Amino acid sequence: MSAPTFDLGRLHGGLRLPAHKTASTSAPILRVPVPDQLVLPLTQHAGDPAQPVVQIGEQVLRGQLVANAEGTLGAPVHASSSGTIVAIEPWPVPRRYGDKAPCIVIECDGEDRAAEAAVNLPDFRQVAPDELLERILQGGIVGLGGAVFPTAQKLMQATTSELEYLILNGVECEPYISCDDMLMREYASEILGGAQILLHALGLETCYVAVESDKPDALKRLGEALAELNDERLVLKQVPTIYPSGGEDQLVQLVANREVPSGGLPIDVGCVVQNVATAAAIYNWIVRNEPLISRVTTVTGAGVANPVNVEARLGTTVAHIIEHAGGYTEQAQQLIIGGPMTGKSMTTDRVPLVKAANCILVTAEPPAAGPAMPCIRCGECAAVCPIQLLPQQLYWYACADDENKLRTYGLTDCIECGCCDLVCPSRIPLTGEFRMAKARIRELEDEKARAERARQRFEARNERLEREQDERSQELARQKSDAKQAGADAIAEIMKRRQRKDGGE
Amino acid sequence: MEFARREAPHVASSASVASMMLQVLAALVPAALAHVWYFGPGFIFNFIVATVFCVGGEALMMRARGRDPRVALSDYSAVVTAALLAFALPSLTPWWVTATGALFGIVVAKHLYGGIGFNVFNPAMAGYVVVLVAFPMEMNLWVAPRMGDIDYVHPGMMQTLQYLLTGSLPDALGYDAISRATPLDAMQSGLRNMLTYQDVRTNPLMGDFGGRGWEWLGNLFAIGGGWLLIKRVIRWQIPTGVLLGLLVPASIMYLAAPGTNAAPGFHLFSGATILCAFFIATDPVSAATTPRGRLLYGLGIGFLIFAIRKWGSYADGVAFAVLLMNMAVPAIDYLTRPHIVGHPRKGDST
Repeated sequence: MSAPTFDLGRLHGGLRLPAHKTASTSAPILRVPVPDQLVLPLTQHAGDPAQPVVQIGEQVLRGQLVANAEGTLGAPVHASSSGTIVAIEPWPVPRRYGDKAPCIVIECDGEDRAAEAAVNLPDFRQVAPDELLERILQGGIVGLGGAVFPTAQKLMQATTSELEYLILNGVECEPYISCDDMLMREYASEILGGAQILLHALGLETCYVAVESDKPDALKRLGEALAELNDERLVLKQVPTIYPSGGEDQLVQLVANREVPSGGLPIDVGCVVQNVATAAAIYNWIVRNEPLISRVTTVTGAGVANPVNVEARLGTTVAHIIEHAGGYTEQAQQLIIGGPMTGKSMTTDRVPLVKAANCILVTAEPPAAGPAMPCIRCGECAAVCPIQLLPQQLYWYACADDENKLRTYGLTDCIECGCCDLVCPSRIPLTGEFRMAKARIRELEDEKARAERARQRFEARNERLEREQDERSQELARQKSDAKQAGADAIAEIMKRRQRKDGGE
Repeated sequence: MEFARREAPHVASSASVASMMLQVLAALVPAALAHVWYFGPGFIFNFIVATVFCVGGEALMMRARGRDPRVALSDYSAVVTAALLAFALPSLTPWWVTATGALFGIVVAKHLYGGIGFNVFNPAMAGYVVVLVAFPMEMNLWVAPRMGDIDYVHPGMMQTLQYLLTGSLPDALGYDAISRATPLDAMQSGLRNMLTYQDVRTNPLMGDFGGRGWEWLGNLFAIGGGWLLIKRVIRWQIPTGVLLGLLVPASIMYLAAPGTNAAPGFHLFSGATILCAFFIATDPVSAATTPRGRLLYGLGIGFLIFAIRKWGSYADGVAFAVLLMNMAVPAIDYLTRPHIVGHPRKGDST
């Protein structure tokens, strides 16, 4: 059975990459047992670090809140299993390539006792959308596609716009990653249930579930689950298998045939995009009262003995997970969290599994790329750029550090998908160059803003001084004229008196 | 376990400049064999001389610029320049003429501008134009194609070599015996001497569409170019542009006045039209780089080729057309930037 393909929008460029997915999809999802120790980073989302609400030595239960959301883009953290808090200290984390960041460390007791469940949860259909969003915030749910933007805040922001479509992102376009594919095969009902919750929370009537054409099993399972559910608001959409069709803006372009404006968000064109795993997490939290304490992730690559998808508790170290996937092979040379195109390389496998980690990829030594050669302007990069940028020109202006031209040629629109790197005959690390150029522009902007603030302060000060000077001189003039007046009055008085005297005589 | 840190993407490019250049060279092989068949072994010697001076010039310039010569030589771009120059030169060309063209192309047009990637002008065409202007007499010695029924003396291997080394023919061979006007020359001077196109076509040098022999070179260049298109070494915009830019004005003029204008097919299959469309104009470094820009760049070259052949003083205009359009590249690229996804389109109110 194949899902109907609708008249989709078109994506410019992109690449058909070797998928490397079958190695990890041949077996069902493997549940990794709870380890002896869990390491929960306080920052597993896009915003400020969460604030710990537990003390060292405190006993915690599975699902118990251990750190509170902080700031406007915060997300809370929950204990992934029961045990004792043994430390709150810096630990290597994936968000920083394996550099350290504050984490809560739990010594597990092995009993995995759950926090008391709030029984008799009301049916979500009876809950007001605002309350539902508030509750999603408390579940610690963030975008599980990799961007980890806190889901509740994204939805709240969305409700301020005029919306038309909810799009569930089941397009896992990067090679090797197959966790969403397996999730759709094994948890199709949860995903669609999450979609229904999202539709209710957003007050929407249409949800497109977008799945890549190379996932027939997932499409079939979703189709069956849809038939069971019999909810006409949910529509399955098959999208072409081309990288990077799973990018949020790219998916909107494909599914809704709308271009997300530069610097804008999908909500600006009436769309909200949520990853299928996020939808399942929402379902588990709203219906089953399980906060986000575990996720499915792909463990794969030539460096892993038994590539497989695992469901593991957040905070389990990568080393522990790899052990359960048969350990490393002799070829293991590089550890990447995320896919081969956009993932981050780690310096150590002591990093914990975090909400964002959709893949643990262990590769053999990448082929020696050699030094970059000069750009020959062949334009292959422009042919594959999904944003239709001209990477060859951007590279030229990045080398020249020409900020204005970089803006004209759309540097800030670059989504860093890496397509241009892969086709460059001169082996230029274009994406890396653009990342650095963006950072330089941000620095310049900050500097400009600082200079602007300093200028304003300086001008305000000058103005104040001038004003004070004015006031002083006015005062002086007034005093002077007063004095003059007083003098004149005195003289007049004398004159008058004299006249009177004269007259009187 | 500890690992090294690297930047994404973690997949290396499988393309390389060297493989592009080697594919270009491979695509030129059939035409090279035909060239030797029709015009004698001169092409081989010219190619060897050009390669020695292109590669040598590149190595010396890299050393002079304080860089490792192996880096530049390993991309084979100097060999491609040498091959294109050899195709542009008459098969009988004294070695110093070839060497001058090769050295000017590589030293001045390529490395004085910063080497590969930075040269504004197509090195092979820059070198060719310099010798065309500096050695007008030597550049006029085109032999007739080897065709059984053409009254023609065929310089042998040793005679060719002697001419290439000394610049003079053996006593037994006269210039008049071996040299012939090129079909383009014959057409241009014929039409200017009030002959009709049909009159000129009766010349035994003329084949089905263009010049005899030449048209077969054209076919083989087109086959090689088609292969490059399939292999995605080149894209369709520039060849299409060149061919349309030449064919459209040629067809209009021919339909308007068939007697005093060469047929479009003649333009296509004489001189260096096809070579230019697939191999010369497609040099990515000196060409426009945006998709629309490349079409425009090709159209410009095609039109200039036509204009030079029709109204200029040179019989063929490929080199001048390419160099002129090289100069227009920055403007073309700036004016043909593609629409960036998410930016307002032209005519949008917002």
